[in-house]
Amino acid sequence: MTPELQSYRKQLKCNFKQLEDVFEDCIKDAVRKLSDQGVDDYLDGASKVCMIGRGFEPVLGYLEEMPDIAKKLGEEMLKIVSKAVWDMSRTPNGNSIPPFIQCLPEASRRLGTKLQMQHFITLIFEMMERTTGSIHGHHATFPSPGLPDLLRQIPYLLSQVSIEGLSNWVDYGVRNYTSHPDRQRDFFSLQSADSKAMLQRERHGTLFVDNERKLELYMRSIWQDSDYFVPYSIGFDELRKPIPYYDDLGLRIPDVFDDKNGVSGINRYRMTLAHMVGHRRWSTKQIADNLSPFQRIGVECMEDSRVEYLILKEYPGLRRYFLALHPKPIEGSCDNKNESCIRHRLAMLSRAILDPAHSYQSPVILEFVEKFHDIMAQGESSTAEVSKLGVSFITRTRRQSDQSPRIRFDNTEVDYRDDNRHLWIFIEENDEAEDIANKPEKPEMVEPEGLPPRHYHEWDYNTKSYKPDWVTLYESLHPPGNSSDIDAILEKHSALANYLKRILDLLKPQDYVRVRYQEDGSDLDLDVAIRSLIDFKSGSQPDPRINMSHKHDGRDFSVLLLLDMSASLNDIPDGCSQSILELSREAVSLLGWSIEQLGDSFAIAGFHSDTRHNVRYHHIKGFSEQWDDNVKGRLAAIEPGFSTRMGGAIRHASHYLESQQSDKKLLLILTDGEPSDIDVGDDRLLIEDTHKAVEELTSKNIHTHCISLDKKADDYIQDIFGLSGYTVIDNVESLPEKLPLLFTALTS
Amino acid sequence: MTDIDIEQYKITKEPFYQAQSNEVELYAAAYEARLPVMVKGPTGCGKSRFIEYMAWKLGKPLITVACNEDMTASDLVGRYLLDANGTRWLDGPLTTATRIGAICYLDEIVEARQDTTVVIHPLTDHRRTLPLDKKGELIDAHPDFQIVISYNPGYQSMMKDLKQSTKQRFTGLDFEYPDSKVEAEIVVKESGVSAELATKLVKIAHTARHLKGHGLAEGISTRLLVYAATLINKGIGEKDACRMALVRPITDDKDIRDTLYHAIDGVFS
Repeated sequence: MTPELQSYRKQLKCNFKQLEDVFEDCIKDAVRKLSDQGVDDYLDGASKVCMIGRGFEPVLGYLEEMPDIAKKLGEEMLKIVSKAVWDMSRTPNGNSIPPFIQCLPEASRRLGTKLQMQHFITLIFEMMERTTGSIHGHHATFPSPGLPDLLRQIPYLLSQVSIEGLSNWVDYGVRNYTSHPDRQRDFFSLQSADSKAMLQRERHGTLFVDNERKLELYMRSIWQDSDYFVPYSIGFDELRKPIPYYDDLGLRIPDVFDDKNGVSGINRYRMTLAHMVGHRRWSTKQIADNLSPFQRIGVECMEDSRVEYLILKEYPGLRRYFLALHPKPIEGSCDNKNESCIRHRLAMLSRAILDPAHSYQSPVILEFVEKFHDIMAQGESSTAEVSKLGVSFITRTRRQSDQSPRIRFDNTEVDYRDDNRHLWIFIEENDEAEDIANKPEKPEMVEPEGLPPRHYHEWDYNTKSYKPDWVTLYESLHPPGNSSDIDAILEKHSALANYLKRILDLLKPQDYVRVRYQEDGSDLDLDVAIRSLIDFKSGSQPDPRINMSHKHDGRDFSVLLLLDMSASLNDIPDGCSQSILELSREAVSLLGWSIEQLGDSFAIAGFHSDTRHNVRYHHIKGFSEQWDDNVKGRLAAIEPGFSTRMGGAIRHASHYLESQQSDKKLLLILTDGEPSDIDVGDDRLLIEDTHKAVEELTSKNIHTHCISLDKKADDYIQDIFGLSGYTVIDNVESLPEKLPLLFTALTS
Repeated sequence: MTDIDIEQYKITKEPFYQAQSNEVELYAAAYEARLPVMVKGPTGCGKSRFIEYMAWKLGKPLITVACNEDMTASDLVGRYLLDANGTRWLDGPLTTATRIGAICYLDEIVEARQDTTVVIHPLTDHRRTLPLDKKGELIDAHPDFQIVISYNPGYQSMMKDLKQSTKQRFTGLDFEYPDSKVEAEIVVKESGVSAELATKLVKIAHTARHLKGHGLAEGISTRLLVYAATLINKGIGEKDACRMALVRPITDDKDIRDTLYHAIDGVFS
């Protein structure tokens, strides 16, 4: 060791034995890359890392990685990082220091600037502080369960999302899983489903989910083809990336495309689909058994070129996209002796066919390009014809080295092409004989009770974002009860019913109404006209509004009544002799009867919830059902239970209303309390979510009105339904009378 | 009723019309017998042009009424107006046509309300009369009078359909967009662009017509193709002209617009 190095060694206060082996290399590297000041900081930083007492590993990591990072992002990074490590060591999170240092090189490479890197470190520290456990609010004592996992995932995460996206994703995980260490670990190690779903949402690039309709329109208009799209995720397989393909179940395409070579993500989707459509239109299946694997890829390559040729014949403007996306292998860049160049050769051939301006000199390539164009000049040609060309190309260009396991992949992947599995028929399935016939038969599917579950998003006001597929809702037909109970109720309220009937008769639509006093109209209104004429003749100003016209005045309503069936319905309010349930049932019976009289289209449903995994939606009356004994029976049988998670039920109800054709749509909600559920600690959360659901409905032109029986509803109900979207009924006993009147007032 | 200037309703210059099949003979025969005719087909496929052409060919005046949903029976038959001396009767277009023996063409008849269309009933059967009940007059139709309606079954909704009793008073001619070759010829003749360009335009129109019912109420019509070709003739770039004439008018749906823009990019290299 030179004296200079020894002085450096002295500056580094650290006594690990292993250090002596590596110090020389590290410091040489540092001296080469850093300024004098930088080297000082570097050694000070390393000393600090050494002092934290976490063994040699962090020190080594620091010594090895920092010179590069400092060179790229500025030497200030040395201090920033050593301070960060020091700070981290002052918390219970010492176990996270090694992964923290390990993720730095990749993070700095991805983020690229000092500022971004500082954001990143701040982000990590925020996450750490929020997830580190403490007892009785004093000192933080438990290490953050998710932090090591998060740090280990950083390289992958940053390859998928920007720093903002990462921040959103981390924030989501911290908020939802602070009090659940195992779930938190699952989230940050990307094991749980919602972790993946949230990450997907933050992805950069063109997402399939945002463009599904566009792609369907594309297929239909330009190719007159349509099929199911089945997106697959490219996010989670690093080694074997799936590639597009199609089969009987649909077209498999990636869930996201980044822009590439100036071609936007959506156009990459379109090119991928165009290529598949080309195969669907023009390719015929070939028997695979007669060809060797190499011959097969030759055939596939020629067939790919053929369908693209035919596509371009139809839409010549697409060539620029194909050219931009197709790799451009450099002639002679593949070493024939040591590598298998088969993919390289085929990519060159395919490029040369596609690109008239290619610059390849190889006589074989030129010859086959010419042969290809000769064949195609005759017309559509066929898969069989170009197969021969493909096979003969493989034969002509065969090399011993083709068998080599070192296949050259660089610049040969045409990522808009599918894997051509559709092109082959394998006559011999496999070598094992006929024991396939003895496959045990699959047990018959058990018919699920009710409809399959539906998932709905839930709004989180903390982040102003939806939690994906958060609520699981099961819809079922409400079990029937005794319909005569409802008839008895109607009987009991017959005086009220008579009174209602008089009001309803007034409300019944008068189809054709005269509109008088119009300047322009369809007919002369003789009374007014004569009056005007008299005015005119007597020299005074005549009224020019002498026409009249007609207009239609009809009712065109769809109403869905959504009943809160939570457990609190069993309460008997102060001063009443009946439970809320009984009163509601009476009210709903009268309302149902009234709406039936008016002839509006009308449905009834009830809901309650037992955590987000089980929101029950009970069908009581559908829009097309009559107000008959079945419906009355179901209504008579409603039984309260569980809690009130309103948002999901509203969203589900709205999808029925949406499909109604009426001019005006109304969702009436009858409830006795605020939205709540046993798995939600924050009262605001479900209130805000319900408010969001109501907003969604408004944007779909569905009017929402809530009838609340909760005397304390004023505290929250306006936040949910807006200024005029609710009615609070204090005197619950008057509900049977009020409800139908309220409805008629709302709809007239 | 001699104070009506018949000449203004006559068509003096031959309109360009490319027959798609034998519709000219069919129409001529119907006119011979003065049978009412209904022409059906999507918008911009040449229905109005065909009627104009037939009026010219037969040498008869043509009165066209564009129907809309605010139109009432009095807009067709006429009404009393006020003037200094009291009220005065003014004939509506249908009445005028009945008096002078014109071909009365009610364009997009379904747009009019059903009660309005009923006034044409007595004119379309053996009676061939038009009662003006407000005026207390019964007009016998002129021997040359014929009634023609057009309607577009494309955007037929529950609300917009003809009554059976109306439908069953007419003979019908079906119009469709012409096949690619004929359509390209029409575009060439109407606008004077090259046949190659016309073929490309027609190809774009076909992509849009496949989207009918998937977000588009109607595909790109022949009329719009002619507009696009005219713009290109004026020196506008092909893609710009197509976007302006073919895509923007027919849709506000961003997804569809993007898809059609892509089709335009694909067709023009």
